Amino acid sequence: MTDSLPPFLIFFAGALLVALAPGRLRPFMTLLVPIFGGWNLWYIADGGGGLQVALFDTQLELVRSDKLSLLFGILFHLATFLACLYAFHLKDRMQQVAALIYAGGALGAVFAGDLITLFVAWEIMAVSSVYLIWARRTPRASAAGLRYLTMQISSGLLLLAGALLHISETGSPAFGPMGLSSLAGILIFTAFGIKCAFPLVHSWLTDAYPEATPTGMVFLSAFTTKVAVYGLARGYAGTEVLIYIGTAMAMLPIFFAVIENDLRRVLAFSLINQVGFMVVGIGIGSHLAMNGAISHAFNDVLFKGLLLMSMGAVLYQTGKINGSELGGLYKTMPITTGLCIVGAASISAFPLFSGFVSKSMVMVAAAEEGYWVVWLLLLFASAGVFHHAGIKIPYFAFFAHDSGIRTREPPLNMLLAMGLSALLCIGIGVFPSVLYGLLPWAVDYAPYTADHVLTQLQLLFFSALAFAWLNLAKLYPPELPSVNLDADWLYRRLGLGAARHAERLWVTAERGGARLAAHGGGLMQRAAARHYGPASALARTWSTGFAALWIVVLLGICLILYYL
Amino acid sequence: MSDKAWIEKRKNVVLMVRILLAVSIVLLLLDLVIHRHDLFSWEGWFGFYGFYGFVACVALVFAAKVLRKFVMRPEDYYDR
Repeated sequence: MTDSLPPFLIFFAGALLVALAPGRLRPFMTLLVPIFGGWNLWYIADGGGGLQVALFDTQLELVRSDKLSLLFGILFHLATFLACLYAFHLKDRMQQVAALIYAGGALGAVFAGDLITLFVAWEIMAVSSVYLIWARRTPRASAAGLRYLTMQISSGLLLLAGALLHISETGSPAFGPMGLSSLAGILIFTAFGIKCAFPLVHSWLTDAYPEATPTGMVFLSAFTTKVAVYGLARGYAGTEVLIYIGTAMAMLPIFFAVIENDLRRVLAFSLINQVGFMVVGIGIGSHLAMNGAISHAFNDVLFKGLLLMSMGAVLYQTGKINGSELGGLYKTMPITTGLCIVGAASISAFPLFSGFVSKSMVMVAAAEEGYWVVWLLLLFASAGVFHHAGIKIPYFAFFAHDSGIRTREPPLNMLLAMGLSALLCIGIGVFPSVLYGLLPWAVDYAPYTADHVLTQLQLLFFSALAFAWLNLAKLYPPELPSVNLDADWLYRRLGLGAARHAERLWVTAERGGARLAAHGGGLMQRAAARHYGPASALARTWSTGFAALWIVVLLGICLILYYL
Repeated sequence: MSDKAWIEKRKNVVLMVRILLAVSIVLLLLDLVIHRHDLFSWEGWFGFYGFYGFVACVALVFAAKVLRKFVMRPEDYYDR
């Protein structure tokens, strides 16, 4: 027996206590949960874990602690702490509780050793996370939350179907390398794919995340997609199709990000773009690529969190988030501006910032394995991410034309959370060996070589030059208040339109049917009345002469027939 | 015009872009000095990364402008 607790249990118990606690204590308690959880994690890493429970005759492994699970465990504890600090000013009990349950579900998923535990954690995440969207308490948010929940539950059902099929085929619920050779493998792959925001099933993310509360989106960006990345890394490492899916994920969103007005939605697109790099790494499957994918997931949570915190601060302070309405905020929010730029430099993979030491591992692995088209496209996406997340986000929010908005720095807890995140981004960028030491495989990669630093700087500076030139030449597409159609159009417009059309058709048919029935009924009734009614031919009384005439006619016919 | 911040004056914007350009050119010239272990033959070409970065960003923006023609709708599109 071990001395450690399952990580998710601490979070669920914490959520329960927070739910019951008085308002003034709640923020402190939300901070204590990840701290206590981190302390417990120490014991799990120390050889604890391996908690097994029997459900009927199936052996469930609630906690499996290997290096892959532990890395995500550390990451999620860190992310929870930072996000709870960022949300320290909140008085909203619903958000505080939902966030802790959500984080606990994510931890349950990455430590789950079997598919049943994974499924339960998967559904807990889906149901708890939607409250972070609904907590915005606007009609838009509740509609987007419902669409989000539908997709998440669909993913969960696919996972359940795949898990049950897998268990009946192999007789074991263990979650290990799956592959796409069986139907169960394909079902589970699809379930992960939805949560991972594969192309065409991605729009739940860009649709719903930006409708969440300023603090809610920070939590959302950290867990769901990263749990899916973990699942793919565990079950589908080296599956070649992931290389192409990942490349599409890295490429497609950047075009939408350039023309998107809502700056948090821009970051949602860039979230998919970054996850694309991870998916490519998992698809390649070499140790270098896998290390790259996983370390990039780690870094992405921190720098994407930082960028979202800075945009959340802007939204919290000004009530606005559209690029077309913002600008010139550096005058009143200089600290936030600086911290946002640190996040922007990290996501753009500037040397000395965290993105630099992880993304390049995936790139080099792609080149080493000879995927040079993929490599070229990823390089395009790298330039693109600098363009839309590295430059566009800080530029349109804090600089560009002065919007005239005068505000203040966000509350101290927000600044602290952003400051800590920025420190981690720079820390990992400067001392990558700390992160490399946590990775599942030994790292034989040196990010700081002269040619890597030089080529990366060339890429970034010339991209910046392109932005400056396009902007000065007035060729840059202006920020416009608009909605851009995406895959969610399929169900928000086409699907809805088809459903409405079908409904109209049904109503018409029903009315027509009713009319026809009424009409037809009338006809039959009248016909029956004509033949069987009181005055009808069959009910009439006949005169004797008329009958005699008929008999004569009949006899006549008989005679004619007889003589023939 | 004196109430304009330093960063908003046209003169200073031009100055900053010039500095950016100068740094970029220096980086490009460093290609001649620093030995590069090229992954592919053409990846080792002089100025490949700078050229690719510039072209990629311009292509990205122009493609996005075309994309806008197809996908942009009024803000209340889904609310109607």
